[in-house]
Parts: sequence; structure tokens; C-alpha cells
Amino acid sequence: MDARIASAWAVLPDYLGQHVLLSVTALAIGLFVGLSLAIIGVWSPRLRWFLLTATGLIQTIPGLALLALFYPLLLALSALTERFFGVTFSALGFLPSLLALALYSILPILRNTVTGILGVDDAVREAARGVGMTPAQRLFKVELPLAMPVIMAGIRTAAVWVIGTATLSTPIGQTSLGNYIFTGLQTQNWVFVVFGCVAAVVLALVVDQCLALVERGFARRNTLLKALGGVGLAAVLLASLLVGPARGGSHYVIGGKAFVEQYILAALIDERLDAAGMDATHRVGLGSTVIFDALAANEIDAYVDYTGTIWTNFMHRRETASHEKVLAGVGAWLKRTRGITMLGPLGFDNAYALVMRRDQAERLHIHSIADLAPYAGRFSIAGDYEFFERPEWKALKKAYGLNFRETREMQSTFMYRAVADGAIDVISGYTSDGQIAQYDLVVLDDPKQSLPPYDAILLLSPRRAEDAKFRSALEPLIGRISTKRMREANLSVSRAADQRTPEQAAEELWRDIAK
Amino acid sequence: MPTGDMDTNSATISLRDVNKSFDRGRNFAVRGVSLDIATGEFVAVVGTSGSGKTTLLKTINRLIEPTSGIITVENEDVQALDPFQLRRRIGYVFQGIGLFPHLTVAENIAVTPRLIGWAKGEIDARINELLDLVQLPRETRDRMPSTLSGGQRQRVGVARALAARPHIVLMDEPFGALDPITRDSLAREYRAVHRELGLTTVMITHDMLEAMLLADRIAVMAKGEIVEVGTPHDLLNDPKNDYVRELIDVPRRQASEVERLAGGRP
Repeated sequence: MDARIASAWAVLPDYLGQHVLLSVTALAIGLFVGLSLAIIGVWSPRLRWFLLTATGLIQTIPGLALLALFYPLLLALSALTERFFGVTFSALGFLPSLLALALYSILPILRNTVTGILGVDDAVREAARGVGMTPAQRLFKVELPLAMPVIMAGIRTAAVWVIGTATLSTPIGQTSLGNYIFTGLQTQNWVFVVFGCVAAVVLALVVDQCLALVERGFARRNTLLKALGGVGLAAVLLASLLVGPARGGSHYVIGGKAFVEQYILAALIDERLDAAGMDATHRVGLGSTVIFDALAANEIDAYVDYTGTIWTNFMHRRETASHEKVLAGVGAWLKRTRGITMLGPLGFDNAYALVMRRDQAERLHIHSIADLAPYAGRFSIAGDYEFFERPEWKALKKAYGLNFRETREMQSTFMYRAVADGAIDVISGYTSDGQIAQYDLVVLDDPKQSLPPYDAILLLSPRRAEDAKFRSALEPLIGRISTKRMREANLSVSRAADQRTPEQAAEELWRDIAK
Repeated sequence: MPTGDMDTNSATISLRDVNKSFDRGRNFAVRGVSLDIATGEFVAVVGTSGSGKTTLLKTINRLIEPTSGIITVENEDVQALDPFQLRRRIGYVFQGIGLFPHLTVAENIAVTPRLIGWAKGEIDARINELLDLVQLPRETRDRMPSTLSGGQRQRVGVARALAARPHIVLMDEPFGALDPITRDSLAREYRAVHRELGLTTVMITHDMLEAMLLADRIAVMAKGEIVEVGTPHDLLNDPKNDYVRELIDVPRRQASEVERLAGGRP
């Protein structure tokens, strides 16, 4: 337990610093836009209706979806600016998170400001006109000061929302306190999950209380309270920025998707680069499409993907082929269309496979997917969030005539336990997942070869294609990791009894490889 | 350029055939009003609620724009003036006081001088001068309006109206919300200030007695029109209009009633 807490503390300055920086910038933008829109809304009742409805609608978009939507949007925009102005900007991480969160924070600020200003007594407004104030003077000297307590309440709501929602920016590549939660969920590291939640809650509470002081200061016209709140906020900001975002941008950035194996491999690559004296960091928990686009756009320098993923998701191939054919096809396609270099296969494969409880499979004499087909109507199947949308699922269903009673999408960490507990009959697991051995599950054969191969391949960004030092540091990994060894490494992280961090597992893995 | 000095007999405020309709000419809140108010004069406009008297008052400093008619203030057509500058040079005492609740007494008084851009020291001295004038202790400078009594608040209201040394003061039922004793003393004090500073004052009231005791001249309004204008003496002795006679009769009857009660006492 101690090691986990220690490693959680170690990354806190970076996570907290980035989280605060992101939240504060988003709030500042939200404040500026929200207040401006509110002033427009006060002057024009028709626009007010429109603005409140529009921002209300944005609020109903789930935070994660809003964040995810900004990534492709910015990527397209970046491509446009490159074409017309020759400038690009990073569509990964900070910018999409910032825009989504800023958009999110507008509503409470807008709504409370409009309510606050409209709530000002008409007699006072008339007096402001009568003494000779212009509309702008009336707004700034009378209406805004009188509405301030209500406006501050809106700012508090926005601040708490933004700080909470910022934890969801991890999958689009922005480091935040959410990294604890996403990593913790994947690696079954509950210390991390709790640590991330508590850190976010404490941050939100502290900021909320500082803003509450400012709010009370406005309500009671107490300068001391306002100053106290302001000093508190400044202290939070300064402290987290001083200890915070540790790096001034490492030279090499290694990517990782959002599951244990990817955390280990990203850590492994990072360690190799460090050992070769190269400055590197890794950003893990990225979405599958996000990470691919980020590599092609040179926003990350290397990551491990799987041939089947490229084959079906990006090349849109429906048929399957042998390992060698798919590998060659993927390598050539990546180079030709994206300029991505495939350094080589790591040696293991992490394919989709249908997995069952051993006792149930033996009792019903199910060894292959073909044997499973007659029972499918009585069985439920669970898969990760993308599996049932993938072409190989459709191919599989068609090839074997599968028609399950129920299909359920699940966080991949939980599905092995679910099938072991009997809550689910079949899952679409991953062949390199250590939990298959842990729960004594069986992988069903695929005699018709309808699932494509998923060899792990190390990919390099276009700008690193000719970087000899970089390549030579990573070449020792090629072809050296067996499926069995990867499964063990995965299990050592995901099984509570072992409690390895991905970094420790990576070190152990390298020791075996180097032998 | 016409100025007040060139022609000392000219009116400080002049209304010529002023009309105001809020519904594009179907109904008129103010109808065909013409009135000249001389420099130094105290004019009360008397009428029931809905008679258009407040609307008429607000056309003078362009809080309300008339539908037609010409209004001049110190010989300048108000339509040719910047409305904000115009309002800053005319003192205004609001119905229901209308102090800014988020500002201290001193800040309330300083509002118009600050808008005009007086120097800080000048404003500071002016605040003390005004507190003395309206007989408020200087300790009230830093108090919030909510901590003051109704009478004290209206004294601040008067001080605020006088802050930028206006020649003209408009008052919209200034003493209406006060108890009779405070009301009487405040009204008399204001009348003294009016004379002392040589102000031109237009006061709206629905109370004929108050108007008669304070004003040099009284304009009686009904249904948007001025039905009669005259000195209190004229109106008391020779009212031309039945409605005016009715209005005059009430305080007169009350006065004699009070007299009789006092006389009949053992």
C-alpha cells in the first residue's frame, strides 16, 4: 500500500499543477465570455432567450463527449490553418480541454449575471439615469456591483463544475487529476482512484470556499473578506503552478492507450529512452483514435498499436488474412498514407477472443466458437466499449451464426471478473490479458479465422523516422516479448496481490528481455 | 449665444405645447402643456396619480422624451443637449428616495461630481458642506443608506441632488414617504435652501396643502393637462376651475375644522 501512496504523491505536483492551470484558464475564458453574453442578454430580451437556451443545451452534453468532440474539431481546424497559413497548433491535450471546459463554465455565469442584473430595483436604476449616468456607467457603477453576490454564486458553481469535469480530459491527452482515476481504474489501483477523487474534491472545496469568502465580501461590502478570498485563490494558483507542471516539454513524448498493457509498454519505452540518455515522458490513457492522429501529427513520438486495429479501424479492411500478410499490409499503408514508421512487431499478439469460464465450457463441451453457436441464444456476452461496433464482431456473428440473448458493454477491467462470477456467460477478452489465467478462463478457438490478427507493433511518428539514436534505443524491444510474458506483466499490475506499478512491471519485463 | 444673463426676465425652464403618448398617439399622458418657470421660482405641480405630473417632470431632464413640443432649460433646447450632461447639471430628488444601496452616504452624494470629474479634494469638501447644509452629522459620511432613518435618507437624497451645484432642482414627491413631523421640517428646510442658493425648483406632489405652503406658484394637472396655474393666494381666493376649487376646499375645510375643535375646547 505504501508504495502506491508514495507513487501517487510523486506525481501530484504535475497532475495538480496541470489541473489547476487548465481549470483557471478555462474559468477565465468562461468568465469573460459569460459576462459579455450576459450584458448582451440584459440589453436584448430576445437574444437573452436565445443565449440561455443555447448555453443550456451545451450543458446537457455529457462532459466526456464534449471533450472528445473538440479533438477532431481542432484537428480539422489545424489542418485548415496549415493549408492556408502554414501554421499548425496542437489539437491534443490542453487546447481541446480548455475550449470544452470554458464552454461548460459559461452557463452558470451567464444565467446568474442576467438574473442578478435584472433583479436590481427599478427605482435604483431610474436613480442612476437621473443623476446622469450613461448606460455603461450604470452597468459598471450600479448594476454589476449590486448583482455581484448573485454573479459570484454563479462563478462558484462554474468553478466546481470545471474542476470536476477537468478530470475527464485525460483521454484527449491533457494531464489532470483524472490521470489518477483513469490509470487507477485500468490497473485496479484503488489507491490511485481514491487519491484522484479526493484531490479533485479538496481542490474544488478550497476554491469554492475562497470564492465564498469573496462572495460574502461583496454582499457585506467587506474588503477584508474579499481580499482574504482573493489571497486564498492566488495562493492555490501560485502553489500549484510553482510545484506544478514539472516539465518544460520533454524532447520525446511516448503515448499509451487506456489499458494496463499500454501503460506498461509506454513506461518501458520511456525507460529505454531515459537509459539511452534521452529526455522522455509518457502520456497514457489516450483514446484509440486520438493517439493514432496524434502520432501522425507528430504530437507524440512513439506508441504501440496492434495490426488488427489499424487493419480494420483505419484501413477499413473487412476480410482477414495471415499474421504476415496483415503485418506487411499495415506497415506499407502506414508509411504511404501517414508517414508513420513501423519499427517492427514486439512479438506478442493481443487479439480479440471469445472467453468463457472453464467449468461451464467443459460441461457443455465447448472448445471453439463453432461449438458455442447453438448455446448463444441462452447466453449473454460482454465486450469493451468499442467491440460491438467493430467489423470483426459483425463478421464473427455472420461466420458462426451467433445470436446472443443479451450484449453488454463494460469497462474491460471488470468483464473478466463478471464472467468468472457468472454474471456474464461469454466475454470478448484480449489474448494477452493476464486475467484469463487469473480467473482460470478458456479462450475459444476461431476455426474460421474470422477475427484478424492483432500483433503488437511499435510505431514511430513521421518526424522521428530518420532519428537514428531514437530508433537504436528502441530496436532491442522488437520481437522480444512473448504473449506469455506480456500476460504475466499485465497480471502483475492488474492483480491486487502483486500491486506492481506499470513502471515496476516495465522494469521487470526489461530485465527478462535483456537476459 | 443666448444665456441667462443676457435676458434676466426669461424663464429658466420653458415648456411649449408638450405632448407625451406612450402608445403611439392613442392616449396622452401629457397633453398640450405650456409652462414657463422663472429663475429662482419654486413651482409645485399638483395632481392625482395618473394625472401625468411625473411624466411631465421627467421630460425636463429627458428621462422621458416628449412626443412633441419644445422644452428649453436656461435658454437651450434640451433636444440639442447631450442627455447625460443635461441630467448632471439638474438636481433630481426621487420619489422613494432612490439612494444607491451599495454606496455610503458620502459616495451617494459624490456620484454626480464624480461623473463630471471634480477633483477628489473638492468633492470631499463639498460632501461636508452639503451634510452641514441638510443638517446631517458628519459622522454619517461612511454609513450605508440602510442604516439611516427615512428622514435622514431623504436629507442625503437632497444633498445628492445639490452636490454638483445645479441651478435647477426637480423633485418627485420628495417628502411623500415621511411621517408628518419630519416631512414638515424637511420641507421648510428645503424651502430655505432653495431661497439661500437661488435655485429654481419644480416639485411634484399630490398634496395641495404642501404645495400651498411651499410653492411660489402652483400648476394643477388633471388627465395630462394643466387646468390652472396661479399663486397660492390666487387659487385660494379665485379658483377658475371646479376641480381646483374642490382641491382647495379640502385643506381649507380641514383647517377650519381643526380651528373649530381647538376653539370649542373647554
